[in-house]
Amino acid sequence: MTWLKKTGFLLGILLSAAFSLVPFLLFVSSAFKTQAQVTAIPPELWPSFSIDFFRSAILRYGILHYLANSVIVAGSTTVATILLATLAGYALARLPRRWAHFSLMVILACAMFPQIAIIGPLWRFLRFVGWLNTYQGLVLPYVALTLPLAVWIIALFFREMPQELEAAALVDGCSRIGALVRVILPLSVPGLFTAAIFTFIYAWNEFFLALLILTDPAKQTMPVGIALFQGEHTVPWGEIAAASFITTAPLVVMVLLFQRRIVTGLSAGAIKG
Amino acid sequence: MASLTLQNITKRFGVVVALSDVNLHVEDGAFFVLLGPSGCGKSTLLQIVAGLDRQNEGSVLLDGQTVDEFSPRQRDVAMVFQNYALYPHMTVSQNLGFGLRMRGIPKSEIEQKVMETARLLGIEHLVKRKPRQLSGGQRQRVAMGRALVRRPRLFLLDEPLSNLDARLRISVRLELKRLHQQMKATILYVTHDQVEAMTLGDQVVVMQEGRVHQIGTPETIYNRPTDTFVATFVGSPVMNLFEGKVDRQGNRFRFHSADFSLDLGKVNQALVGRNVEVGVRPEDIGVSEGTETGLRAEVEMLSNVGADKYIHARLGNSPVTLRAPRNVTCQTGETIRLSMDAGKLHVFHEGKRIP
Repeated sequence: MTWLKKTGFLLGILLSAAFSLVPFLLFVSSAFKTQAQVTAIPPELWPSFSIDFFRSAILRYGILHYLANSVIVAGSTTVATILLATLAGYALARLPRRWAHFSLMVILACAMFPQIAIIGPLWRFLRFVGWLNTYQGLVLPYVALTLPLAVWIIALFFREMPQELEAAALVDGCSRIGALVRVILPLSVPGLFTAAIFTFIYAWNEFFLALLILTDPAKQTMPVGIALFQGEHTVPWGEIAAASFITTAPLVVMVLLFQRRIVTGLSAGAIKG
Repeated sequence: MASLTLQNITKRFGVVVALSDVNLHVEDGAFFVLLGPSGCGKSTLLQIVAGLDRQNEGSVLLDGQTVDEFSPRQRDVAMVFQNYALYPHMTVSQNLGFGLRMRGIPKSEIEQKVMETARLLGIEHLVKRKPRQLSGGQRQRVAMGRALVRRPRLFLLDEPLSNLDARLRISVRLELKRLHQQMKATILYVTHDQVEAMTLGDQVVVMQEGRVHQIGTPETIYNRPTDTFVATFVGSPVMNLFEGKVDRQGNRFRFHSADFSLDLGKVNQALVGRNVEVGVRPEDIGVSEGTETGLRAEVEMLSNVGADKYIHARLGNSPVTLRAPRNVTCQTGETIRLSMDAGKLHVFHEGKRIP
């Protein structure tokens, strides 16, 4: 029985891993193929590790410039969101439980509007303030949309923090903000990091708002840039794959590098043990 | 160091009254213990004194000056927490120096004070370590050190020994007493452990459900408990309490319960015919075997605690516990004779002590 269970469990894991990984791996392999290999019939699975597509994506399609835009937009979104979510999360974590719960629910509800429902008013608003085709025009809705989840993660993390640590800091002579910055934040790095990763990934991958708000190619982000690779008669599969690889790789590396950070709680040793 | 005065402190959480009209005065340099069962409001009181929580009514005074509007920083008190609350991301010396750093003391002075305190507590070899690399006892010392290093006006200690094992607790307790005598510090110490309260405190205040029941020296609390709560909360084993009525026989007053009667000596005339409770501590009951005088009791259980022996017996239907010397040799099921001296009885009417 246990043998059967174990095998079934393993099989389930392998299947779900394959389900999410296969399309990704196909893309990775396409990125490293030559033009002939990409369109070969029957398809070739093993690439020749050519970097032609990368060269072409960078030189002909100028993806480095989209990449720079993505870094600016996703980076500013993350900084702004984490800054605001930290302050909001701290306040919510210290509110009486009933009110905190209510507020968190309201915040979460705000995140549930479908994008298509808010894009009209949002677009008109951005045109009104003259922020269409600006970085801040995209960062603003990104921050608004990523805040709820970030506030949730950070508020829950703060709530787990022993109150005595903060009390100790206050008695030791800190102000509220001082206690937050000197004691609570250093111990909340895993929580902040998790929230930051989620925010960054959202802003990095977001397509719909970026497509509508940034119509000027000089400001467009990576997902929009890649989508616009295709002309009327051509779909440059190889370059799209190479560009997608360049977009995805930093995220994968980042998460792999910091996954221990995300998982490990730093607060071990604060409390009796 | 400073004196502390609490005037009419009341604290409510919604409809729950956590503290009700608490008044007390801690002399400069006194070791003052708040004793009570968990949930009696003693930790809340400490938080209010520290400025971490705000009372609904009443005032906190340090050296006669109201500090209600002061932040914890301005009050300049130090606190030791039950779970120590050491900053896990800082080394021991950073933990010790944190309060000084926050007050803008020059670096060289901080270093000197930190080492001085570390030496005083015997932790100078640990200053480079992080809290997670320390044992429970060492963490406890660091927590004490963090309070000591600042030389605050007042020390607040919230059950600082309750996370230590029994043997360590006793040695740290003695050390704490020694430190207090050395430093002449004003200490407000919260505990639910009556042994800690009795051994450490110059003054003990017994609290229950947000109310102060009695304030006094450990001797007064033990010898003249003001009501049945204090009488039964302090002392181990618990004081025996018997319910009954008082009547008068000439000049003498006698106590009658359903099972037995006792000579009360002289008591207030007004008690005659009233319901009272009579308390007697286990060590104040005399026991004799094989005599015909005294109250008959049947031995139910014996417990040996080394120097003494506790006898759990039955006086009719009332259970009674007494402390007997080691050489008493009675067995379970035997009948023994008990004697209670009128001078050592505590008489309570409607829960309050009759002097």
